[in-house]
Amino acid sequence: MADRFATGARVRTRRADPPHHTRLPRYARGAVGTVVESEGSHPLADDRARGLPSAPQTVYAVRFGAAELFGDGTHAVVLDLWESYLEEAT
Amino acid sequence: MSGDHGGGDAVLAARVRHVEALLEDQGLVDPVELDRALTAFLAKGSPASGARAVARAWLDEGFRTRLLHDANAALPEIGLSMGGGLQEQRLKVVENTETAHHVLVCTLCSCYPIALLGPSPSWYKSEGYRSRVVRDPRGVLRDFGFYPGPEVEITVWDASAESRYMVLPRRPAGTDGASETELAALVTRNGLIGVAAV
Repeated sequence: MADRFATGARVRTRRADPPHHTRLPRYARGAVGTVVESEGSHPLADDRARGLPSAPQTVYAVRFGAAELFGDGTHAVVLDLWESYLEEAT
Repeated sequence: MSGDHGGGDAVLAARVRHVEALLEDQGLVDPVELDRALTAFLAKGSPASGARAVARAWLDEGFRTRLLHDANAALPEIGLSMGGGLQEQRLKVVENTETAHHVLVCTLCSCYPIALLGPSPSWYKSEGYRSRVVRDPRGVLRDFGFYPGPEVEITVWDASAESRYMVLPRRPAGTDGASETELAALVTRNGLIGVAAV
């Protein structure tokens, strides 16, 4: 399965607040970042936590500026995010 | 959602023992096999293993390049691996330079490269560290007595999925001619997490 996003791609994280376990932390929702690299495919933690069948999907390291996440700051934060947490940033 | 790992250890340990006893009663788990697996898992898990990888990277440019490019493939060269658990975990090594400093955290729980570094320090699992370091890393580093200059860009790595991280600290000045063993002795656990220089 080809990766949907290439290194350097601009992506936006989803805003939705699911009622179940997820690995998209609240502080990183609805934010635009840059794909650092693909980390291979893994079953989605949201599904595994609920005992649901889960097809592996690509996990990406995504880099965010502190100002994008928190409104200010000069550092960066990199998170590991499943592909379905992300959409193309326009 | 995850709780504060700082105060509930005794409760959690009791719960784990209870589940373990139930599994043994049902014949689902062999206690001897469980001990064997745990011992094997923790045998090489010590900051000394991470320190050895760092010292080798400082001395061997080829190993450094391979470690940064594909840590899982490079570690067996010095008898280490990210295996030992149920499955081998991906390790990503991030390198500090004059202008880039890296700090590790797991904001959702307490993910940490146990197979390589052993159990994490208790502060790493505290809600205070986990919530604050992504927001104000320089403030957290100050609390550890570490003051990177304004020219240094700080990157915080939040291990939110399946990868684990380790920092490759900068080699201290004045260590020319030091042996691998001498260099490894300089590398601290805090240095491998990125809350201190080496």
